[in-house]
Amino acid sequence: MSEPSRRRLIRTAVGAVAGASGLAAAATVAGRYGLIPPDGGGWYGPGETLTYGAQRLLTRHSLAREFSREQITTPYPNEHAPPTKEFTALEAGGFVDWRLKVEGMVARPGSLSLVDLKKLPERSQITHLACEEGWSFIAEWTGARLSELLDSVGIAPEAKFVVYFSSERGWWDSVDMSDALHPQTFVTYGMNGGVLPVGHGGPMRMRVPRQLGYKSVKFINRLVVTDSLKGFGKGLGSGAPEAGYAWYAGI
Amino acid sequence: MDAGSERVRHSALVRWTHWITAVSFLALLLSGVEILISHPRFYWGEAGNSATPALFQIPIPASRAGVKTGYGYVLPDQNGWSRYLHFQAAWAGVLAGLLYGIYGFVSGHFRRNLVPRGSDLTPGSIAKAFAERVRWKGLRSSDASTYNVMQRIAYTSVVFVFFPLIVWTGLAMSPAIASAFPSVVTVFGGQQSARTIHFFVTLALVAFFLVHVVMVALSGFKDRMRAMITGRFAEKEPV
Repeated sequence: MSEPSRRRLIRTAVGAVAGASGLAAAATVAGRYGLIPPDGGGWYGPGETLTYGAQRLLTRHSLAREFSREQITTPYPNEHAPPTKEFTALEAGGFVDWRLKVEGMVARPGSLSLVDLKKLPERSQITHLACEEGWSFIAEWTGARLSELLDSVGIAPEAKFVVYFSSERGWWDSVDMSDALHPQTFVTYGMNGGVLPVGHGGPMRMRVPRQLGYKSVKFINRLVVTDSLKGFGKGLGSGAPEAGYAWYAGI
Repeated sequence: MDAGSERVRHSALVRWTHWITAVSFLALLLSGVEILISHPRFYWGEAGNSATPALFQIPIPASRAGVKTGYGYVLPDQNGWSRYLHFQAAWAGVLAGLLYGIYGFVSGHFRRNLVPRGSDLTPGSIAKAFAERVRWKGLRSSDASTYNVMQRIAYTSVVFVFFPLIVWTGLAMSPAIASAFPSVVTVFGGQQSARTIHFFVTLALVAFFLVHVVMVALSGFKDRMRAMITGRFAEKEPV
């Protein structure tokens, strides 16, 4: 082996070792600061982790853009599964028997009716809802801040995620505490000055305006506060990755 | 290495970032088309959907039932893996691009090799270069060590205008980025305008890509590929 090529080989080896240990150190730090998404393993893990980590660092306290009433556009109710008998019965009763169960790492687990939810301060936002397909609309959303709902039930300091479930089969999702405690993350019950229509997720819809539409799950009836997503579905954080979609939808 | 017959044409950094960009571009294009067919309608302004008028609609079938296409069927949904791949490839392309950009400025690569020379930017010399290309004169040999004015214009547009614009319009579609940096999207007049511009910039990049590949093929495919893979270019007498 000639001198230059040996030197080159050594340099490459040192570079590879330094690179690998740098990546390992970065992964450890990222893990400690909660910058690795639950679907951060596998082939697309590096891209997902970079997106989630970078956006978390840049957007920890950022607010979704809010618009004026004049900017409200024609809304589009995306398709959802035909309602179950149970749902139709609840709808016929004006959703007075609809309950949002709150469980997990909370001091006072229980369930909230629409009346209970409306006892929390009423909040409104005019924000953009963008679907991953490419279309969007701007609407006024009315509801309770998830953070104020969580305050009212007392969450444990170890809480890391809030998991939420829809009455529509297979639809469940979760957000980290940055989004769960974010002032624009709502449990909505009203839209554009009226009751939240069923087509838009009524009677109760999660609203996460810093992420794409599929995180704003319709017909929510159960919240679980947790420190780990391992016990939920395949442990990837939501039904989305199980259907091939990313857990984090900030982009 | 025999310095008499071979010269370094492309530095290692240029070669690596070139191929990372090439692979990323093709992955982004494929996944981008898949994402596009879930909603082949375009809008201007902040918002738009199937219930609002479109700026234009591409006459292709869609992979979602929510958009009226005139076709009696809906294509299979491919958005899941397409989105994962799109963003992963975007990261690879952006990181390679940043590395290339820093190198280009620091090493003088941009100034020396890429930015058109002032004297070349007269209508006369551009017309002359263009006429030479059209007649295939000197296509095989003249650019072995440097770029002609048309290549320089094409490469500088892609490096300094189209690649930055495709990344920018892509970021402008992200609700999280828009929350942290609203002007990223408001400068285009809205998220849907950004999506529409993203589409047109893609068309420009595809046009560049096709011309680029055709020119490489016509000017001596083996030599050009060798230069971009190994960095070396065999010196030949002009034919």
